[in-house]
Amino acid sequence: MTLSHYTRNLLRVGVGITLAFIYIPLIVIAIYAFNGGNSLAWPPPDLTTKWFGEAINNTGARDALWTSIRVGAVATGIALLLGSLASFAVARFRFFGRETISFLVVLPIALPGVVTGLALSNTFTQVLGVDLSLLTVIAGHATFCIVVVYNNVIARLRRVSGNLEEASADLGAHTWQTLRFVTLPSIQTALVAGGLLAFALSFDEIIVTNFTIGAGEQTLPIWIFSNLFRPNNLPIVNVVAVIVVLLSIIPVYLAHRLTREEGVSARAGGAGAIAESTAIP
Amino acid sequence: MGRRLADLFHGRPRLQIGTLLSGPIAWLVIGYLGSLAVLLIASFWSVNAVSGELIKGLTFDNYKELLDQSVYKDVAVRTVGIAAAATVTDALLAFPIAFYMAKVASPRAKGLLVVAILMPLWSFYLVKVYAWQTMLASGGVIDWALDPIGLSGPGYGSTAVWLVESYLWLPYMILPIYAGLERIPNSMISASEDLGANPLRTFRSVVVPLAFPAIVAGSIFTFSLTLGDYITPTLVSPDTQFIGNVIFSQHTNNLPLASAFAVVPIIVMVIYLTIARRLGAFEHL
Repeated sequence: MTLSHYTRNLLRVGVGITLAFIYIPLIVIAIYAFNGGNSLAWPPPDLTTKWFGEAINNTGARDALWTSIRVGAVATGIALLLGSLASFAVARFRFFGRETISFLVVLPIALPGVVTGLALSNTFTQVLGVDLSLLTVIAGHATFCIVVVYNNVIARLRRVSGNLEEASADLGAHTWQTLRFVTLPSIQTALVAGGLLAFALSFDEIIVTNFTIGAGEQTLPIWIFSNLFRPNNLPIVNVVAVIVVLLSIIPVYLAHRLTREEGVSARAGGAGAIAESTAIP
Repeated sequence: MGRRLADLFHGRPRLQIGTLLSGPIAWLVIGYLGSLAVLLIASFWSVNAVSGELIKGLTFDNYKELLDQSVYKDVAVRTVGIAAAATVTDALLAFPIAFYMAKVASPRAKGLLVVAILMPLWSFYLVKVYAWQTMLASGGVIDWALDPIGLSGPGYGSTAVWLVESYLWLPYMILPIYAGLERIPNSMISASEDLGANPLRTFRSVVVPLAFPAIVAGSIFTFSLTLGDYITPTLVSPDTQFIGNVIFSQHTNNLPLASAFAVVPIIVMVIYLTIARRLGAFEHL
């Protein structure tokens, strides 16, 4: 598009404003991690690194971190299995109701979190009669993580034609051999990327977690949230917040590197999946 | 054994589909949709006022209470209002950067911008809310920045919720619009220019109409995620109630009422998704 210099610059200003809006709060919270004072007053009176040591030695935060990692890992495992099965069925077969699968997969993140949280906790405690625990948290996380894996794998399956699998079968490979030597290698990086994003999504989820977690259990976000109301612990919370950011940047960045060819829509939330539910002829 | 199983599947697509889908369908239909059904059923239960025990019968009292007490209506209207405001704000902030990424930036700059937008998409929700809580605190960054021009920040309250919700869900708006703009062929824009339209006219009559379904697709997320958020109001607007707060605080002592109130955002979202579908948001992304 031919744009005048003026328009171009105006657009750059708009880009700058949006980027500043996105990143200034993250920079502010990074600076607070070094806050030498004990209030939220800005600018911090002096800077110190002593809270990093305190945060690392805080057993509550460490236990919560370990809990989050375990929950994330199991939820990701379930999401990987269910998400890739569903994406394979939708991408490689035609059947009645195929269009609704994508919609079904995206529903848990398209509906307000408070609805999903309450619905799951109702079902666990009132219908199934199970006590809330980490297992119920995992079930909740897996539910809304499926879409991430699904989107990534289906984008890859669309790009890699099914002809390869047919060729493999024509050459005499049976179903397992085709799966092992043709299908899996071609979707490997999409699986890893989907898994990393699912883990990142689970790692800092709090809205549904709060409804489904058992008494006495804490994931890292729950630990942060409960300590926000204890002024004495705020310096440690600031440090933990920065650590959470750093820990979750890594999977998101790696996932991006692995799936650059697929474009953003595979990772742009469920919006892509909503489109799929009706766009397929 | 594996070989025999493989032979069993060979040439039987129905069996293959069934095997692939049984797990996901069981989880999502029985597990998830089933839970939503339970939520609906629980909204007709009641609570014994004395013992606090659940009475799993059928009563419309919860819905009556929601309709009779104006506080619930106020909370619902306020929440939907903030969700709409955050959605419009995000669309306005997202469009320029999405347009720049799709049609102006060099491939290298585009790649960097995509990473810059994707990074905060999936993660650190709570940290982002907390960052705003500190910035909005009295004597915090916002007060400090506005002080030289004689102003002070909005402090905690509905304005703060609007700001934070707009902030949280902005990437969910940028990426669909970017993807939508990428799909507009440059030749269409050139054609408009060749036919004598100035850039503003091209923008108004070609770019925006073609990108509109993508904006609506993005708005589904900004709107829905705001409707269901109760952490943000708890942290930056302790004295004002939103749908999420009411549901969360009620769900331990009056689960049926909380369930009935949770039907409100579900109805709002069903209406929203129906309109979004009419506007072509589903097809165009």
